[in-house]
Parts: sequence; structure tokens; C-alpha cells
Amino acid sequence: MQHDDVIWDLIGNKSFCSYKVKTKTQQFCRNEYNITGLCNRSSCPLANSQYATVREEKGLCYLYMKVIERAAFPARMWEKVKLDRNYAKALEQIDENLIYWPRFIRHKCKQRLTKITQYLIRIRKLTLKRQRKLVPLSRKVERREKRREEKALIAAQLENAIEKELLDRLKQGTYGDIYNFPIHAFDKAMEKQEEDTESEEEEEEDEEESGTREFVAEDEFEESDLSDFEGSSDEEEDDEEVSSEEEETEEELEEEKTKAKSKGKAPLKGPIRKKRAYVEIEYEQETEPAQKSKAT
Amino acid sequence: MDSNEATTSESVSKKKGKTKKVKRKVKHDEAPVQEMEQAEGEETEKKSESGPCFPPTFSVSEIKNKQRRHSMFLKLKEEKRKAPPKEVPKTIENQRIYDETTVNPEDEEVAFDEGTDEFSAYFNRLTNPKVLITTSDRPRGRTVRFCEQLATVIPHAHVYYRRGLALKRVIPQCVSRGFTYLMVINEDRKVPNGLVLCHLPDGPTAHFKVSNVRLRKEMKRRGKDPTEHVPEVILNNFTTRLGHSIGRMFAALFPHDPQFVGRQVATFHNQRDFIFFRFHRYIFKNEKKVGIQELGPRFTLKLRSLQKGTFDSKFGEYEWVHKRHEMDSSRRKFHL
Repeated sequence: MQHDDVIWDLIGNKSFCSYKVKTKTQQFCRNEYNITGLCNRSSCPLANSQYATVREEKGLCYLYMKVIERAAFPARMWEKVKLDRNYAKALEQIDENLIYWPRFIRHKCKQRLTKITQYLIRIRKLTLKRQRKLVPLSRKVERREKRREEKALIAAQLENAIEKELLDRLKQGTYGDIYNFPIHAFDKAMEKQEEDTESEEEEEEDEEESGTREFVAEDEFEESDLSDFEGSSDEEEDDEEVSSEEEETEEELEEEKTKAKSKGKAPLKGPIRKKRAYVEIEYEQETEPAQKSKAT
Repeated sequence: MDSNEATTSESVSKKKGKTKKVKRKVKHDEAPVQEMEQAEGEETEKKSESGPCFPPTFSVSEIKNKQRRHSMFLKLKEEKRKAPPKEVPKTIENQRIYDETTVNPEDEEVAFDEGTDEFSAYFNRLTNPKVLITTSDRPRGRTVRFCEQLATVIPHAHVYYRRGLALKRVIPQCVSRGFTYLMVINEDRKVPNGLVLCHLPDGPTAHFKVSNVRLRKEMKRRGKDPTEHVPEVILNNFTTRLGHSIGRMFAALFPHDPQFVGRQVATFHNQRDFIFFRFHRYIFKNEKKVGIQELGPRFTLKLRSLQKGTFDSKFGEYEWVHKRHEMDSSRRKFHL
């Protein structure tokens, strides 16, 4: 038979019990079958041969009763009774099973059942609400991300990018007429027009060059070369030289004139002209000024 | 006559390419030979200019002909003397692994998709944006102030206190009241750290990580508070398909017609998958210079996931999720 008092003397007040947790003011019992959780003479499951508890497993409540006749087989010592889900019926069940048991145990079992049902209800309510999910952060990853962000910020050069974008929008004209900075755009438009006219004139020149006849001037031959020929050819050459010289001077004047005319417009005309080794013979006619600008 | 024969033989051998016994004869017959050589030198130069067809082990010292060797050497020296072409430095943006989903501006498929996706209603000017800003449960002061400042930056934005409401219940109410966007700022340890941006009539939901939040009073040299004018929007560097859809998402936050009178601009700049948000006021000093002054809050976003449909973390269909092990392994690979 179990000697409860002896057991209590051994493990109870101010003795060692492995389930005992001592704090400043109170002693607790860590035994899983303990009904109140405190270390008392009436609450100790080891020191009471008649003992019962209510425990909860996966949302269902069970009444555990200690059968002292099986003290020799601790694994089979506790009997389990499943309690009804209905709170009132469960209380009646407890009363039924623990009839003729001490008042203390019956009362504490019912109290424990009440508490358990209350917290089960609370669990069910909370699961319906939103739950805060705690996501673990990896410190290494966080540090790495932070560093990459700093570097990306430096690489982004935000102010420059924003300014560039705003200026592009201004140039494109998305702002309409709000800002009065049309000069730059106007200059650009003028330049564009000039380039267009230049290209047109170049094309015209090329076309005409292919059509015009090229006369090789006799001026380029030096007199020393001509010294071999004698006789009537001298006179002719002289005349030709004189005439060609006159034409040369005329042409130089014309070149200067056309250069003066085309100062602002077509700077490309100059180098093109210089490349030509030949000289075109022109006739003195007053109607030519328009033609001259085209031909040269 | 001997000189003539010599010149002819030299010319023949030169035309073949490399010459052998030329030195002595060159000294004798310099004048005519020089002309020949110059002419041939020009030819060879032309040939070399036309295409460098030298064998790889060629060096200037191997030419036996002194004149030509000299001219080649001078040419080489001149080329070296010219500054070497400036090398382009390697940057992460240069070395970025080419993403096959990069959008080509003329792509018809993309244009078609954009014409029929959830934002098409906005871009066709059928709807005006109306934004609801809220937080997670029990926000702390910093988050609350951040929400307020966001509401001033984004026109037609309303801040509502959360009060423990479930988002799934909030969304139908928002839709019924005509909101187009729901913005939820998540808070952790008194600091905003997450943003859920949900386009409302069953639009995509984007979840971002928020970092480096700077409120207005923490800004250096900031201007006055933003006015009620509708700001312009700048979206930079959204190249891939994913980036494109995110960019459109940001664009649809703001009303269509910016009021240029207000001179305010909101910028979303993507750099290496970090989206930097800035809010500035600009002023054009002349046609080549613009001054900007930072006004409102600034923060950076990093996309965590993009989900089709409104907020549903369990059963939603995710278009894109950031998977750390797969996507963070390469330093040159970016997704936005």
C-alpha cells in the first residue's frame, strides 16, 4: 500500500523532489499530472493515492484518474476518460466519474476544465483573425542588401539623371510655351535648315559638273615648253595667253564675289573649288550672275 | 644602261614584296630610284591601309629595304604618339547579363499586352487614380508620419487607420468606393519596412521591401512643402517585361495630366533592381541648366513578389517571386 504521508515527508516541504521548482514566494510542481501546478500536500500527484486531473490533447479534454492498485505498473496507472465537447456535459461527466471523491479534487478538476475550454475558444477565435507572420531575417543577407543598395545609389547618380530627363523633356517641347527659352531651339532649327540647303546645293553642283565640258587651259604650260614651237604659233599663243590671263583675272574676281556672297551659307564650296585643277572659260555677259553662282 | 637594268630589277623584286640586295644599288641610283620607291611606297602604304594583311609575326625591323623600313617605323611611332583610345571602364551596368525579357520599343506583342492588361483602363484615360494608404496593425509614429507625407506627394490619396481589419475584407469595400490603388505600409520595430501595392479592380499586387526612409524633416536643404499640383513622373531604367509592368504600376498612381505650373516631379529610378523614389521641385535657369530641390520623402524599394489578382498570399497566382538562392547568385544579373 502507498504511504502517502511517508512519501510526502520524503519529497514534500523542504525536501528534494525532482518535479519541484522553488521560487522566492512559492513552490511549483512540474509534474504533468498535477492539477493545480503548485507543490502542496493536496496537489502532489505522488503523495496522494486518490488523484485525478483534466488534461487537454489536440483540442479534446480527458479526465485522468489514478488507480492506486496499479502503483506497481506506473505506465498503466492513469485511467483516461474522454470528456464531452459540450462544457456542461463535460462537467456532468466529471461529477459522474468522480462521485464520492474528495471535494477538493472534484472542484479543481472542474476549474481546470473551465480554463481549458476558455483558452481553446480563444485559440479558435484567433486563428480566424489575421495572424502576424514572423519572417526570419538573415543578417548576412541584410547586410549584403544594404551594401548593394548603397552602391546602386552611387551608380544611379540620381540628380544628374533627373536633370537630364527634365532637359530632354524641355527640348522635346512637352512643356509647351511655358518657358521662354526658344533661342536654342531656334538656332538648332536654323542650322538644320542651312544643312539642308547645303546638301541641296552640293547635289546640284555634282549634277552640273557631270554635264559641263571641261576645258584644259593652255595657261598651265610654261613658256619654256612652248619655246620649241616657233613661227606663227607664237602669236596665237600670245593672244591666247593674254586672253586666258584676262579670263583668269575675271574668274578670280568672280570667285571672290561668289565667295563673298556665299560666306554664311556654304563654306563647303571653297574647298571643292580649290580641288579643281581646270578653269572654265566664261563669257562676259551681264545676264550671267545667276548662272555663275551655280556653275562655280 | 646598267643603272637602268638595276632599277628595273629592283622594281621587279620590290613589287614582289620583300627585297634582298638593294642597299648598295639604292645609294648609287638615288634620284630615279627614289621616285620609283616613293611611288611604290605609296602603293604599299595604300595596300597596308586597305587592310593589315601582314603575317602575325611581322615586325618593322624585318623589312630589308631601308627607305621603306624607315617610313614604316615613322608611321608606327606616330600612331603610338597619338593618345591611345580611351578605354571604356567596366561597370556593373556594362557587364550586366543580357536579360532575354528586355523590352524592344517596337515589339508588337508587348504593345498588344499593354493595350489589354489591367492598366489599359488607366492609360486609355478611362479611370482616374484614387489611392488608399494604410498601414499594418498599430503603427508607430514614424510610419504614421510617412503615410501622411506620402499622401501629400500622391494626389487623391487618403490615409485610413487600419484597426485590425483583414485586407481581404477591405478590398471589396475599396472597390465599391471607387479606389484604384491600395497601398499598405508594413511596419517592423517602429520603422516602415514593407509596401504592398495593390491595383484595385482585380489588378496585380506588388510586394516591396522598403528601406532608407527619410522623412521630410530629415532632409537637408529641402524646400517648402509640396503643393497640391499634380506632379510629373519620371520612370528610369525599367527595361525588362517585369520592369515594364512595375513601371506602369507606378505611373498609374498619378493622374494623367501633370500641372507644369507646380514644377514638381516624382522620380522612380531603377538601378540594379533597387527602385529609388525621389520627389523634387525643379526650375529651369536657362535652356541648358535646371536646378532641382528635393522636397518630399525619399525611400528605396526592392521588389519581392508580383502577384496576379488582388492581395491573396495563400492562393494567389504569383507572376514573379524573388528567390534568393537562384536570383542572388550572380552579381551581374538583374531582373527589373
